[in-house]
Amino acid sequence: MGNTMNIFLAAVLTHNIALVYILGMCPTIGVSRNLKTATGMGVAVVFVVTLTSTINWFIYNLVLVPAGAEIVSLLVFIITIAASVQLLEMLLEKFVPYLHNAFGVFLPLITVNCAVLGVSLLMVLRDYGLVQTAFFGLGSAAGFLLAMMLVAGMREKMDLTSDVPRGLQGPGIVMIILGILALGFMAFQGMVDL
Amino acid sequence: MSAWYRLVYTRPYALMKDGVWKKNSVTSATLGICSALAVTNKLENGIAMGLAVTFVVMVACLATSVIRAFIPLRLRMITYMIIISTFVIGVDLFFKGYFPSISRALGPYVALIITNCLIMGRAEAFALKNPVKFSVIDALSHGLGYTFVLLVLSGIREVLAFGTLLNVRVVWAGWTTWMVMAMAPGGFFLLAIIVSVVRTLQGVQADDGPTAKTEEIMAKAA
Repeated sequence: MGNTMNIFLAAVLTHNIALVYILGMCPTIGVSRNLKTATGMGVAVVFVVTLTSTINWFIYNLVLVPAGAEIVSLLVFIITIAASVQLLEMLLEKFVPYLHNAFGVFLPLITVNCAVLGVSLLMVLRDYGLVQTAFFGLGSAAGFLLAMMLVAGMREKMDLTSDVPRGLQGPGIVMIILGILALGFMAFQGMVDL
Repeated sequence: MSAWYRLVYTRPYALMKDGVWKKNSVTSATLGICSALAVTNKLENGIAMGLAVTFVVMVACLATSVIRAFIPLRLRMITYMIIISTFVIGVDLFFKGYFPSISRALGPYVALIITNCLIMGRAEAFALKNPVKFSVIDALSHGLGYTFVLLVLSGIREVLAFGTLLNVRVVWAGWTTWMVMAMAPGGFFLLAIIVSVVRTLQGVQADDGPTAKTEEIMAKAA
């Protein structure tokens, strides 16, 4: 249990998927303009990452490894992700329309979010077990949500008050914010180790 | 001189100019940032990543353009995914076989070329609607533009962080290395500077780039 807790904390803080591995930058830059949208996107990512990393663990360890077909894992992973995102969207639309209205728009965008595929690939690279994979997926996604919310909160405040130079407006200033956040997250180094 | 004009007023030239400078994927559309930042702490990694992306975007756009009449509209995303990941597996194996040290340095980021928005973006925005010849030229130009940004980024980062260029020492004795440049914050700051310089040179008006467009698309979808 201690090990899984370690993995969770490390994935949120010291090995944050957005600020240390620099994955999932498209949504972090593209949809972080206001806090509400960013939170919606982040929550959708939490669902999808936890779900797909667990499914991919099963597929990789129970199908691909016994068949000796690790080489096609990339293709299989991305199809799994695309399929489960589609399925999740359909299920939400049918049974939980409230949630679908809240973040259904973000689901198609998530298929091409590098963070989702990245978690599955890292899970394979590090030889995680099932429980570890689930916690790693959950932790990484929670870290992503945290980063999204921090960026969006700052952007909301900055839109009201700050005078950003013209060339830096839009993506440029978001990268500066992300850089400062990444510096801040470096302070967590050494707290937990993977 | 007339030969020059004949070149300048052709469509391939216009496509090249758009991809490399005017609509550069990284600086104006902010696509493919993840790999642009994550692997560019050394020049050799930047070169490898840039060339890999250029190759994949070219062959993926070629394939998409060839079969564009047969792609069902609702299934086009998954079609791109399958095409792209097939070629990425090839690139991954190539690096593993011929350049094992670069393969180790790039780690999962070679595989993450699949989700590089630049490639999907080119397939969706251009290759799906245009003939093969122009699709390949467009893909090449965007790939070169991407490679160019990666070269600048990784060159500066390697000099500042390790004092070397392509693993050859280029700075004087007593140079203090900036270790932070090799890590995520340095990449973010440097790319922000590059983006701001390019956008200022291009005289971009107060345009929010993909942000406004993404929100517009999502508002339509909602």
